[in-house]
This record gives sequence, C-alpha cells and structure tokens, in this order.
Amino acid sequence: MFSSQMFVLVAVGFLETLYMTIISTAMAYIVGLPLGMILAVTDKDGISPNVPINKILGGIVNVLRSVPFVILLVLVMPLTRAIVGTSIGSSATIVPLVIASAPFVARMVESSAKEVDRGVIEASLSMGASTFEIVRKVMLPEAKPSLIVGAAIATTTILGYSAMSGFVGGGGLGTIAINYGYYRSRTDVMLIMVVVLVLIVQVFQEVGNIISRRCDKRIS
Amino acid sequence: MSEAAIIRIENLNKTFGNGGNAVVALDDINLSVKQGEVFGIIGLSGAGKSTLVRCINLLEKPTTGNVIFDGKDITLLSDRELRDVRQSIGMIFQGFNLLMQRTALENICFPLELAGVSRKEAKQRAREMLNTVGLAEKENAYPAQLSGGQKQRVAIARALATRPKVLLCDEATSALDPTTTQSILSLLKDLNKKLGLTVIIITHEMKVIEQICNRVAIIDNSHIEEIGTVDDVFRHPKTQAAKKLIFPRGEMTKSIAKGGKYLRIVFDGNSSDQPVIANMVLECGEPVNIVFANTKDIDGKAYGHMIIQIPDDPVIYHKITLYLDLEKITYAEENYDV
Ligand SMILES: Nc1ncnc2c1ncn2[C@@H]1O[C@H](COP(=O)(O)OP(=O)(O)OP(=O)(O)O)[C@@H](O)[C@H]1O
Ligand SMILES: [Mg+2]
Repeated sequence: MFSSQMFVLVAVGFLETLYMTIISTAMAYIVGLPLGMILAVTDKDGISPNVPINKILGGIVNVLRSVPFVILLVLVMPLTRAIVGTSIGSSATIVPLVIASAPFVARMVESSAKEVDRGVIEASLSMGASTFEIVRKVMLPEAKPSLIVGAAIATTTILGYSAMSGFVGGGGLGTIAINYGYYRSRTDVMLIMVVVLVLIVQVFQEVGNIISRRCDKRIS
Repeated sequence: MSEAAIIRIENLNKTFGNGGNAVVALDDINLSVKQGEVFGIIGLSGAGKSTLVRCINLLEKPTTGNVIFDGKDITLLSDRELRDVRQSIGMIFQGFNLLMQRTALENICFPLELAGVSRKEAKQRAREMLNTVGLAEKENAYPAQLSGGQKQRVAIARALATRPKVLLCDEATSALDPTTTQSILSLLKDLNKKLGLTVIIITHEMKVIEQICNRVAIIDNSHIEEIGTVDDVFRHPKTQAAKKLIFPRGEMTKSIAKGGKYLRIVFDGNSSDQPVIANMVLECGEPVNIVFANTKDIDGKAYGHMIIQIPDDPVIYHKITLYLDLEKITYAEENYDV
C-alpha cells in the first residue's frame, strides 16, 4: 500500500498545502497588518482616536470573522472564478483563504499592538514622534515577539482552513485525505495525511516560538 | 539662572470627562519657570501634578488657558509645529519608559532619528550622552539588563540627546531606592549647572525638593497653594497644604497630652553646634515634647525643622521663647492638633 505512487501523492499534496498556506498567510498579512495597526491606532484609547473609522473597519472585520469558513468558501466562488479563472485547485483556494484570514490576522495584530506599554508610547510622543513614526519605530518593533507568535498561530489556522477546502477540491493534503479517505474509504491514507498535517502545525508553532524568544530582548 | 521665564502657564484649567463624571484636575494654574532654574512641583497623590507637567508639553491638552514656552504660546500650534517644540522639551518618567527591544545606545538614538539626524551622527551623539550620564560601558545592554538607576540614566541621556532647553521629570526617582535617588538627583543638578538646563521636577517627596530645587510650587486639590523659594516655603509655610507636606502627619509622634502649644523651630545653619533643645530644657526647667523632627547635619551645622509641644502656660511659653530669642533661633507658633 505504501507504494512510490503514494509517496509522490503525499509529496505533491504537501507542497500544494505549503504553497497555499504560505502565499495566503503572506497576503493575509499584507492586508491584515495595516488593518490591525489602524484598528489599534484609531481605538478610543489609541494614539489617534477616530471612532467612525474604527467602528466601520471593526464592523467589517467582525462580520467576516463570523462567517464560517466552509460557507465563505462557497460564497466567494464567483469572485474566485473572476480572479483566478477557476474555483478548484490550490491557487483558487488562496482567494477564500485570504478573505477569511485577513480579518483574523488584523485582530491578532491589533491585540499585539495594544500590548505595547502605554508609557513607552507617551515617551515617544514627548520626544515629538508622529503617529506614523510611533507605529513604525515603536509599536511594530516593540510588539515584534508577540507579532511573531501571532504569525505562527495565523499560519497554522490558515493551514487548517486549507485542509478544509479539500471538500470543494481545494487541492493539497486536505483533498487527498478526502478523496482517498472519505470517498474511497482508504483510512490508512487519511491517517497519513492527518499525521503530516499535525507535524506541519507543530513545526510552524515551534519555529514561531523559537524565533519569538530569540528576538525578544526583554528576556535573556 | 536668569530672570527670563522659559515657561509661563497662564490661567490653566483641565477637566477630564464631562457632565456628571467630570473631574477637575487643574484649576486656574498660574506659574512661571525661569530659564536655568530647578523648579519643583510637590503635592499629594491625585493633586494634579502629572496632569500639570503633561500640560507643559501638551501631552494633555488644557481645557482652557495658555502655555507659553520660550515666548511662544504652544497651545496655538499645529500638530506638526508642536512635534518640533517637543524636541526642545525633554521628559523622564517614574517607569523609565525605555524601548525594551532597543539597546541603551539605540534608545538614545531614537529622538535623534525623529529629529532627522543621520545614523552616524546620532550614534556619536548618543555615545557622548552615555558618557555624560556615566554609562559608557553599557551601550549595548538592553533595558532588561539594567538596574532601575541605570535605566533612568539612559532615559535622561535619551531625553537630553536633542539638547532640549527644559527637562520635565514626573516622579523620576519614585521607583528608586534612596541611594540611587541621591545619585540621580545629583546628576540632574549637575546637568542643570553644566548645561544651564531648566529642570522641572514633580514629586510627592519633600526630600527631593530640598535637595535640588531653587523654587517650589505646592499643589493641592488641583490648586497651586503656594509658590516661593524652597528656603522660604520651608521656613515659613503659609498654607495648610504646605505644612501638611513639610510635616507629614504620619511621621509625627503622638503628643502626650491634648492641648498645649506647638512651636516650630527652624534650624537654618545659624544655630551653633549646641544641643539646642536639651539646653533649652535645662535652662528653662520645663518639659517639652518633640512632635516632629526633620533635621540633618551639614558641615557640623544643623538644618531642618522641629516641632515641639509645650505646656499651655503663658509663663512657660514666655520663658521658652525668651530663651530661643536669646539664642537667635528662628521659631513660629503653630496650630497643630495631632
Ligand atoms: N485621563 C484621565 N481621565 C480622567 N481622570 C484623570 C485622568 N488623568 C488624571 N485624572 C484625574 O485627575 C486628577 C489628578 O491626577 P494626576 O495624575 O495629575 O495626579 P498626581 O498628582 O500626578 O497623582 P500621583 O502622585 O498619584 O501620580 C486625579 O483625580 C485623577 O483621577
Ligand atoms: Mg502622577
């Protein structure tokens, strides 16, 4: 049963999953990082409070976050087809993955940014820093360890979503697990996929923790 | 020290919140700080000290009133102009507020980066500043690797890197032990003398004021109660608020009997090295109760205050005051119901 054919299958699935996860995470951060920082800055206790902007962006984030991923997957299919040209395969899955995870990333970034000591921000203001300088030179670097842990969590969450997309032909390990394990009752194949997924999650998580600890100058 | 005012605060009010839960933090504050002086602002917790000092660089926007810095009303400035002005007003805090992910040197470079100084120049200037505060060997240490006193030194170096004219200190020594407090205070005094830096110190500790301030404002309940030279305010506190701070109730011993008269005796270095109170008791043959004492010995001369309680008897009172007059000791009668 563990033929070389199977090995190729797993290898391709693994690479597809990695591709989806990494590209989606990167794109989710391109949207989510600025969005999260805007949410933190415009908060009523932030450095540049702006209630309307905060309410509107916060509202959009909350709505998107409350739609279950499987439903979102189907819901955005027309959009996916318009952008990618097809709604199946790993490239197509990136679209719903980004839409689902960017709001989640934004909230995590926001909470990391809010952990930055208020006193340090005060001191920066007293030295004449602008809002943008505080974001770039104070909040982001000071929150770095927490942002990295957040990124590891985001990556593993996106990995989980990508596996879920297997149900609608999303590609990667999830699709293999469903095609073989669910439709053809090959429990052994499904188990292998599960083990590989769990291992990837562990690796991402652990690497994130190590990098975070390495770059955190508050300890050591 | 010149007579020119570097900071003038005029009719300043600050109210937090509005309607039913409005809190008046500052009520009609007027004061001016002279160029090159060390100005103290003292008051009990919640008096409004932090709010006042934060109004000086407009970290807190006054509800009404003006803040004039170096001849310019800074309450009228745009955000951009205000940021420039803030680079000429340094500030240090009780909690140090250093960037935890930057080394000591990088922390000091921070305000220079904001001011648009080149990296190379900034580093050189930061090294000079580290030298000035006596921490040259710690340039690569992160704040987590420094002691409280060292952190405050880095904070001072950082606050002064852009060569501001004024340094605001909000309870800058309150988190430090007495020895470290001493060393930070002497550093501030030093910088005041060497650089002509104007220093504004917020504290709730009289010791801090005594040690380095030229003038002091006493703030109580959102009001300025008294402003004067440290000497004057200490020797002749006029208001109840000033007395409360100079003779903290908790530090007074309980009087033996209720009633009696209280005399405040001032040691201003004029009194000889004689044991004044002991001699007075011997000379007059009358008992006194020392209610409060805060004196210290500088070069064999006594400085400070003492409050004594004497029996409520005109004859004894007369005897004792006569003795004090003869010895040329400053005293004043006080109303103290301990
Ligand atoms: N942001 C704020 N919102 C509402 N009330 C405030 C705020 N900041 C200060 N206050 C109130 O203003 C008053 C003065 O506070 P402030 O912090 O200036 O006192 P303080 O003299 O510095 O006291 P402490 O010695 O405890 O630091 C207090 O009653 C406080 O509760
Ligand atoms: Mg305070």
